[in-house]
Amino acid sequence: MSEENVKVVDARGSFCPGPLMELISNMKQIEVGDVLELLSTDKGSVADVPDWVNKVGHEMVGSEEKDGVWHIRVRKTK
Amino acid sequence: MTDRISIMCVSGMHERIQMAAMTAATGSVSGMDICIFLSMNALPYFVKGRDAKPPHEGEMGELMAGKNVPPFKQLFEQAKELGGAKVYACSMAMDVLEVSEDDLDEMLDGPLGLTRFLSDAGGGQILVF
Repeated sequence: MSEENVKVVDARGSFCPGPLMELISNMKQIEVGDVLELLSTDKGSVADVPDWVNKVGHEMVGSEEKDGVWHIRVRKTK
Repeated sequence: MTDRISIMCVSGMHERIQMAAMTAATGSVSGMDICIFLSMNALPYFVKGRDAKPPHEGEMGELMAGKNVPPFKQLFEQAKELGGAKVYACSMAMDVLEVSEDDLDEMLDGPLGLTRFLSDAGGGQILVF
C-alpha cells in the first residue's frame, strides 16, 4: 500500500471558527487525493469539520482525540 | 438552490461584530450566499485610520480578548476569500460619517443602499447583529 501524502495543520489553541478556516485555507493548497490532518483543541471542530466536509463533498478519513487534541483527517476529493 | 443569508451588522460592540463575522465565515465556506451590510455603530471600525477596537458588551468580550479568538476582520476577509461573501458599507452611514469609498477598508466591496440590500436579500434570511 502506498503511503498517503498527509499535511498537518496545527490549529491548537485557536477558537471557533479558527480551526475550520485554517483547514479550508490549507485545502486549497494541496492536491486532490492528499490528506490534511487538522490538530485542534476546539471541541466544536469534531462536529463542524465533518459537517463541512459532508456539505462540500470531500472525504472524512477519521478523527481521534489524543491528550486533549483532536486529530481530524480529511481527504481532498475535488 | 443556494441558501442566501443577508447579515446586517449595526452594533459597535465587539461580541456582536464577532458573531456576525463568525456567521459570515462559516456560512460562506459551507456554500451559502452571504452578503454583509455594515451600518450604524459597526461601520466606523471598517474605516481606514480608525484603529480603535470596539468595546466589550460583557464578560464574553473580556474573556475573548485574552484568548486566541480569530479577529473579526480576519473572519470577514476569509468569508470573502474562501467563500465568496460580499461586504458592503451602508451608504447612509458613510454620509453621516462623512467618508468616501476611498476611506473604507480595502476588504469592503463598496457602498450599498438599504433598498438594494433588502431587494437582494429577496426571500432569504436576514440576520441582524
